[in-house]
Amino acid sequence: MSSQEIPEENLPAEQGDAHGAVKVADEKNPFADPGLPPHEHRIQDIDERAAKRSERTVALLFTVSMLSTIAFIAAYVAIPVDKAIYVWPIGHISALNFALGMTLGLALFCIGAGAVHWARTLMSDVEIADERHPIEASPEVRAQVHADFKQGAAESVIGRRKLIRHTMLGALAMVPLAGVVLLRDLGPLPGTSLRHTTWAKGKKLVNMNTMEPLRPSDVAVGSLTFAMPDGLNEHDHDFQKNIAKDALMIIRLQPGDIKDKRELEWSHEGIVAYSKICTHVGCPISLYEQQTHHALCPCHQSTFDLADGGRVIFGPAGHALPQLRITVGEDGYLEAVSDFEEPVGPAFWERG
Amino acid sequence: MKKLSARRRHPLAAVVVLLIALAATGGLFTAFAPAAPAKADETAQTLTIEEGKKLYAVGCASCHGTGGQGTTDGPSLVGVGAAAVDFQVGTGRMPAQQPGAQVPKKPVVYSQAQIDQLAAFVASLGAGPEIPTENAYNPEGADIAEGGELFRTNCAQCHNFTGKGGALSEGKYAPSLEGVDPKHIYEAMQTGPQNMPSFPDTTLSEENKKDIIAYLEAVNSDDTVEPGGLSLGGLGPVSEGLFGWVFGLGTLIAVAVWVAARTAKAKKS
Repeated sequence: MSSQEIPEENLPAEQGDAHGAVKVADEKNPFADPGLPPHEHRIQDIDERAAKRSERTVALLFTVSMLSTIAFIAAYVAIPVDKAIYVWPIGHISALNFALGMTLGLALFCIGAGAVHWARTLMSDVEIADERHPIEASPEVRAQVHADFKQGAAESVIGRRKLIRHTMLGALAMVPLAGVVLLRDLGPLPGTSLRHTTWAKGKKLVNMNTMEPLRPSDVAVGSLTFAMPDGLNEHDHDFQKNIAKDALMIIRLQPGDIKDKRELEWSHEGIVAYSKICTHVGCPISLYEQQTHHALCPCHQSTFDLADGGRVIFGPAGHALPQLRITVGEDGYLEAVSDFEEPVGPAFWERG
Repeated sequence: MKKLSARRRHPLAAVVVLLIALAATGGLFTAFAPAAPAKADETAQTLTIEEGKKLYAVGCASCHGTGGQGTTDGPSLVGVGAAAVDFQVGTGRMPAQQPGAQVPKKPVVYSQAQIDQLAAFVASLGAGPEIPTENAYNPEGADIAEGGELFRTNCAQCHNFTGKGGALSEGKYAPSLEGVDPKHIYEAMQTGPQNMPSFPDTTLSEENKKDIIAYLEAVNSDDTVEPGGLSLGGLGPVSEGLFGWVFGLGTLIAVAVWVAARTAKAKKS
């Protein structure tokens, strides 16, 4: 509705009638406080029909919200959890998730929209000016508080009865020790468990895809295989704890490509076994590039050169990737010569 | 002989004669019959290799050397096998457009018949993985759950949990596996194109490969159900966070500004 349709008698006679008139600029002081701009009425303030219409709009929004909530409950009860529907342009989605999201979203949106419309068109529209007050208390109040504190201290005789004062300070200082003892319960300390893995002399390398032990002929140049020690069972209680240290990457290089003398010594016909655990914070690294022989960690981009002793060539990792020394056993399967020579995974205080 | 002729009217005589005749025909057939088609096959094979050699000389020799021995611009093709050729040429990666960190997938320039000829020629240079037959990679009836587990163990670190691809070092990347022909996925696992490691049958069996292909079909087809809708590229917290911050918070701020700025006065000043 435009202002032309508003009945003439309802319009304020002059803007000066309204709350907050403009102060005329003083010639001597052109930067004087201009005061509030003149108040302007809303349509709803002067036209009761417009106000009624706003009221109905707000009520409608709240009613839609109520219906949406009922629809939400109905959808929750009625729609089976595995039903899928096609919604353009999203694709195939769960009908239940779609219905719950839409109805609850609409219910919440209508409450918000109704409240905003109510506040903007029907609630009081009068400008209000408030003085700011200093945060500091008045000097009298402060003097009173100081006097009260001094009187309290004198009455408690804390200055005169030194024994009470000292034992109280002692008690307050000792109480936090209870927390320290409780935190100690988060232990026990790891002991030597970070230094050792399940790998040991004669442990066979088991392919994690087929769960079969590996022969050297199974591992082709340029291939990548993940292995774990023989005897580790996924259903064992401590499987996760062990595999987090034992996991291996098995790759095969041309022996001539191996730059590190020790790596060549610890390999078998170019087959090398490296720990899969990043030495930075222990993510499983296995983004192996077969042409560059680099292994990349997806977490912080530490990059190791698997043709050069697992040397760190980029990123935050502090140690080279530990290599497992392997050989072939009497029955022709790859096996470990010993445990890792150094702790696998991230650094710890006592690692050295 | 007399004994034999005496029994020629025995009720089982006909059966015995029939069995002897069958064995003789079968034996003769195995001795002579397969020889003829094999010969024909061999000549057809030689022809294919000849055709492949001509194509190779035009399209590949400048980088891989006239005898496939490799040059500074391209690796040796001796022993890469027909499957590698079928993958590289069949996905348009070869012939390469320009040198770079990685050769991208692009429109295929050869027909499948020409690719087969090239593959036959390269296979003749040295034994390598052969082009798989349809029933090797057809995921029909494979174990999708097992495939998911194998994919997470062997592939997800580079290609993302549902094969959306990901970044590698120095401009290299693991491409998305969405909409890739099952045959090409199989060949890639077998041959290890570019910087991808290979997964030979000895460490990832044919059955395992089939399971992985079935898993990829299940999570990436047009009928795949996204329980929440709007996968936002399926890359995880990066794209989801970006969407939340830019579009979610942006919309809220815009609405707040609109609510506060627009006034409902009877007279506009």
